[in-house]
Amino acid sequence: MLILHCPYCGVKGEETEFAPGGEAHLARHGPGSTDDDFKSYLFSRKNPRGVHFERWRHASGCGKWFHAARATDTLEVYATYKAQTLAPPKQVLDIIAKKRPGWNI
Amino acid sequence: MSDAISALNHAQFTGFAEVEECGLQGMITLRGDLTSKPLIAGARTAGGRDGRDGKMPKMGMAEVAISVADRNGVCWMSPDEVLVLCPYDKVEAQLMALTTKLGKTHALAVNVSDARAMFRVSGGTAAREVLAKLCPVDMSPGAFKPGMFRRTRMAQVAAAFWMDDSEDIYIICFRSVAQYVFDLLKIAAQPGSQVGVY
Repeated sequence: MLILHCPYCGVKGEETEFAPGGEAHLARHGPGSTDDDFKSYLFSRKNPRGVHFERWRHASGCGKWFHAARATDTLEVYATYKAQTLAPPKQVLDIIAKKRPGWNI
Repeated sequence: MSDAISALNHAQFTGFAEVEECGLQGMITLRGDLTSKPLIAGARTAGGRDGRDGKMPKMGMAEVAISVADRNGVCWMSPDEVLVLCPYDKVEAQLMALTTKLGKTHALAVNVSDARAMFRVSGGTAAREVLAKLCPVDMSPGAFKPGMFRRTRMAQVAAAFWMDDSEDIYIICFRSVAQYVFDLLKIAAQPGSQVGVY
């Protein structure tokens, strides 16, 4: 079970209060993009054993979308951060780097 | 006009904690920028909190007074939403006052009184225990204190609750699931089912 901290309403809740939204930081490739880009945007998702960036929604709470950085193998949640960003913020990467030496995005 | 009646019309249950449906309660959903002055002023007026320090409740908090004489309050729902509580028969007038205060401020205020149901669970730590059985929330006295407001789920439906100064817990849910929530509370408060953790 994951314990997530909602960066919008400050609630520390457990997984069942939230709804998962899949991989975070996808770049959208819409009309006008190459077939390969479009295909990978639609169908290809990372499935790492280790650090993963995900989108979550505080479904039973404030209803906001946010991001979480967590480990898929240990279920450790490194950090959660707001959705208004295109890439993981530096402080989140620092936390992960500290806990997982040698890890690269 | 026909008489308005709340979802369960003051249904009651006494187990190791008391559960009661609170009857009709005026509720206004207000969305917008919570730092905007007209919005703060409007919410406080409509929620009967005029005489206070003129601020919105902080994140995760509620300022509510429910008594025989008073059914007012303002609850923090999310970074862009508050719930304004007022007496049921005054809700239209309060909504009008709120809309006037808002003026051209970009905001949304809607009367949602008839879409909701409200319950009270009383009995001190017993009330905490009833809620702890149903919600994924740390209800220990050190973590959940009077004045706090929490949106969460109760078993399978969305619910929100706050605790007043006498440690009674008030729950708001959708009217369509009022019977479900009452049944949940009844089962959780069944005599002999205390866990006694608090």
